[in-house]
Amino acid sequence: MLKIENLHARVEGREILKGLSLTVNAGEVHAIMGPNGAGKSTLGNVLSGREGYEVTAGTVTYNGIDLLALEPEARAAAGVFLAFQYPVEIPGVNNTYFLRAAFNAQRKVRGEKELDSMHFLKLVREKLKVMQISDELLHRAVNEGFSGGEKKRNEIFQMAVLEPQLAILDETDSGLDIDALKQVAQGVNALRSPERAFLMITHYQRLLDYVVPDFVHVLADGRIVESGDKSLALKLEEHGYVGIGEGAAA
Amino acid sequence: MSQPAPLPLVESLLDAPLPDSGIAWLDTARRENREAFASAGLPDTRVEAWKYTALRALAQRRFANGDGHAQTRKVDTASLALPGIDGPKLVFVNGVFRADLSVLDSLPAGLTLQPLSQALQGDVQPLRFALSRHYRETGDAFARINAANASDGVVLRIEANAKIDAPVQLIFVGAAAEAALAWHARNVIELGEGAELTLIEQHVATDDQTHLATLVSDIELREGARLQHTLLQNAAIGASLIRRSNLRLHARAQATLHVLELGGALVRHDLHAQLIGDEAQLDTRGVFMPHGRQHIDTQLAIRHQALNTRSSSKWRGVANDRARGVFRGAIVVAPGADGSDASLSNKNLLLSPSAEIDTKPELEIYADEVKAAHGATVGQLDERSLFYLRSRGIPQAEARALLTAAFCRAVLDDLPNEALREHLSTLLVAHLPT
Repeated sequence: MLKIENLHARVEGREILKGLSLTVNAGEVHAIMGPNGAGKSTLGNVLSGREGYEVTAGTVTYNGIDLLALEPEARAAAGVFLAFQYPVEIPGVNNTYFLRAAFNAQRKVRGEKELDSMHFLKLVREKLKVMQISDELLHRAVNEGFSGGEKKRNEIFQMAVLEPQLAILDETDSGLDIDALKQVAQGVNALRSPERAFLMITHYQRLLDYVVPDFVHVLADGRIVESGDKSLALKLEEHGYVGIGEGAAA
Repeated sequence: MSQPAPLPLVESLLDAPLPDSGIAWLDTARRENREAFASAGLPDTRVEAWKYTALRALAQRRFANGDGHAQTRKVDTASLALPGIDGPKLVFVNGVFRADLSVLDSLPAGLTLQPLSQALQGDVQPLRFALSRHYRETGDAFARINAANASDGVVLRIEANAKIDAPVQLIFVGAAAEAALAWHARNVIELGEGAELTLIEQHVATDDQTHLATLVSDIELREGARLQHTLLQNAAIGASLIRRSNLRLHARAQATLHVLELGGALVRHDLHAQLIGDEAQLDTRGVFMPHGRQHIDTQLAIRHQALNTRSSSKWRGVANDRARGVFRGAIVVAPGADGSDASLSNKNLLLSPSAEIDTKPELEIYADEVKAAHGATVGQLDERSLFYLRSRGIPQAEARALLTAAFCRAVLDDLPNEALREHLSTLLVAHLPT
């Protein structure tokens, strides 16, 4: 589904990604771990098309197409979703209205029928139930005045409604207490399916106790320096990032 | 001021014969205001209040005086209707009252509503204070010419303690004529003690034209009166519209204004409010959205002149293309107006690098125990918000429109009439760049 090859990217003139390669297949859950400054969030931002990230070399192929050539909205319509590390507050834009605009915009691009507000609301209520989120959230402005936990849950809720094929979770676990973490994990688990892949970017191992990954990769200095199964995450938890990937880097 | 040059605008406005009312004090006031206009002419940008609004281009144009065919101009009544709003309605076409388009039957008890042209046939004493005014500043050129030349407009009076449920609509229509016209309207509105009114004022156009209109409104709120005033300006894109509203609030009176400025080529609104009675309260909310080459200038001046008065003003500006927005918000807390609370904010959005907004909040305080806050910003759409929306699949243009509409709606959200709020929101969205 996703094939990243030798990806180099800069931010403000500084090279952050230095030859990252990664293959993700449908149905898989990949965890990307690494110390601060390794390039974890840059990867998420490059994949979702944020401005200010300059790709200087390498390719990203998504379902056979050049993902990097697409505008952010086209990537979304193609099924790529980024759960933000810092979801943006948008005063004056109602959460439901926003989500329906996004939902219908994506369907329009894919040549599917748009949903009217009644049918959309029905769909949204079903998803709320699965995510165990109160419908009070629907009536508020996007993320405005939300607590840290509510913002992250709102990201997962949006993901549930938009049903992406490739979901990138950028430090979705950061800043959550254990109850909020469990809720977010439960939401993610509910969305796992053979057609959908997840890329979970995280600093800590604890999210992986609740969302068990198929693969764990260690990102250091702009490259993946070690890959393994979930036991790699446990090893990191015990020993930290020191010594990881030494001599393994290509 | 030096001797004014013989500008085409001034010449053509002075060409108009003065209306003859047969009322001595009124004819005198008209003549004197005209003389003041003739000798002082137009303000230039050295006059502080006109610093950002140059009249050079307008001054080179000529306008025919009034519309002799206003009674027969075709106006699509459907275009005047506001969805979900019924009630009394006074309609003017190119400044002339149109009985056929107005709704004046079965007026609620306590409401007097008639065109000025008719009111001048009856007891004119209550109008004397407003209509015999002299304007002293060079910046008042258009108020002077309005005082001299206006022969129609709105006279609205609410008896003490009358609460008028249905909103009253005042509609000023600009209609294409054989030539570009200058037309004028003079409105006198008074709410008696404890009276309540919802007023909807609209400036609309049936088709494109390049008329010049001046409107002067006096609005007096007696003790404890309450006014909800919505002002929707959607004039023809080529029209020039110069308005002045004078509000006076007596003790415990409350006025709330919602203003939406969308149309017009050159638009100016001087909105002057005096809080002259203790505990008077004024809330102003407004959005101006010039695009193309429009120029929209709002001059808000609020004077706190009594104890424990409160004013709050929230204005948003959005300029696109090569358009220009001007906002001046001047608040004065006069000596003795102790315990006053005044706040003003003006946030602006530039959607294009060639657009310009000049904003100037001013605060002068001469009293004690005053709470005051004011601020103004000019910026662009937030890139982070834009990316957030796009990352969810919303195309760039739509995302920009969504954010811009939200930015504007923030100040119109407290409009209590839901149908009206919806209508303003629809107009606003229709006005957004695509």
